[in-house]
Amino acid sequence: MTDQTEFRAALLDARQPVPDGLLDGHGGGAGKRFSVYRNNVAVSLTEALQTGFPVLRKLLGLGNFDQLAGLYLRAHPPASPLMMHYGAQMPAFLEGFAPLQHIGYLPDIARLELAIRASYHAADADPMDAAKLAAIPAETLSTARLQFAPALKLVRSPWPLFDIWRFNSEAGAPKPQAVPQPVLITRPEFDPIPAPLTLAEAECLAALLEGVRLDHALAAATGPLDLTDLLSRLVRGQAITDIQT
Amino acid sequence: MTTTVKTVAIASAFAAAFAGTTATTAEAASKEKCYGVSLAGQNDCAAGPGTTCAGTSVTDYQGNAWTLVDSGTCDSIELPSMADGTERKGSLEPLERDLPA
Repeated sequence: MTDQTEFRAALLDARQPVPDGLLDGHGGGAGKRFSVYRNNVAVSLTEALQTGFPVLRKLLGLGNFDQLAGLYLRAHPPASPLMMHYGAQMPAFLEGFAPLQHIGYLPDIARLELAIRASYHAADADPMDAAKLAAIPAETLSTARLQFAPALKLVRSPWPLFDIWRFNSEAGAPKPQAVPQPVLITRPEFDPIPAPLTLAEAECLAALLEGVRLDHALAAATGPLDLTDLLSRLVRGQAITDIQT
Repeated sequence: MTTTVKTVAIASAFAAAFAGTTATTAEAASKEKCYGVSLAGQNDCAAGPGTTCAGTSVTDYQGNAWTLVDSGTCDSIELPSMADGTERKGSLEPLERDLPA
């Protein structure tokens, strides 16, 4: 009889024989039916990865991506039935994948595509009402902590991440500039919207996301920062849900 | 900056950021989220994409060897002196310091 471990091992490795004791429904051996099933597992997971990482796929080329997917899906088969989040280990997998080490931004692209998906599926949250701001004494704002919508995501990167993503997502987008571009993802309505940040903005926002006081978060930025601009973008992105003084 | 000046600056930054959001919120409230519509292939249905019964057996997507990137757009992205990760990082560091004040 075949146990689950044996079945699963054969499912992910086409070189393994069809496990013993599998029947075809008419009392005969499962044979080819298992092979069909085994193939469908690989094909469907490859297609899930194709859907989940469209920019990575475009960057690598279709054939190369499918080869990568074949290796990935065997190293990291789904750990959850929620396929919308499948591929979570892709950034780390790419970092450890020697043939692609020369393209250093690929892991960050994978992080960005995962973050866009996570933002899409994050819970809804009501943005803070402007009226509430009026009730907060001005002198307490600098020590306040902000609360954010679950759909807000920050992807930190030393690469021109936003430009690389846009260049491969939108027709006619400008070529990437040689600047580091962490990416802010907000979901003002139904779809996540990525936007570039400066390093200083990312440093400040990262601190705010950790629940650090506003004045301390501003001090965490190593460069000049336009607070009005950053806050305006967060507010427009419906990303601020509360201010706690 | 003195503490007072900083307080005023932070307060005005918030005021400016939240100015005119009332209309936006009202507009957003008039729309309803359409549940059950997810991106193609990103639902949690077991019968997702790729449920083919072509009977292709072991001839699946598993490649025998990794071929170097040739067909993608990686190479068409011109990142000046950024072809190599470490090298590019070195070239970016001066840029970080030269950000406009």
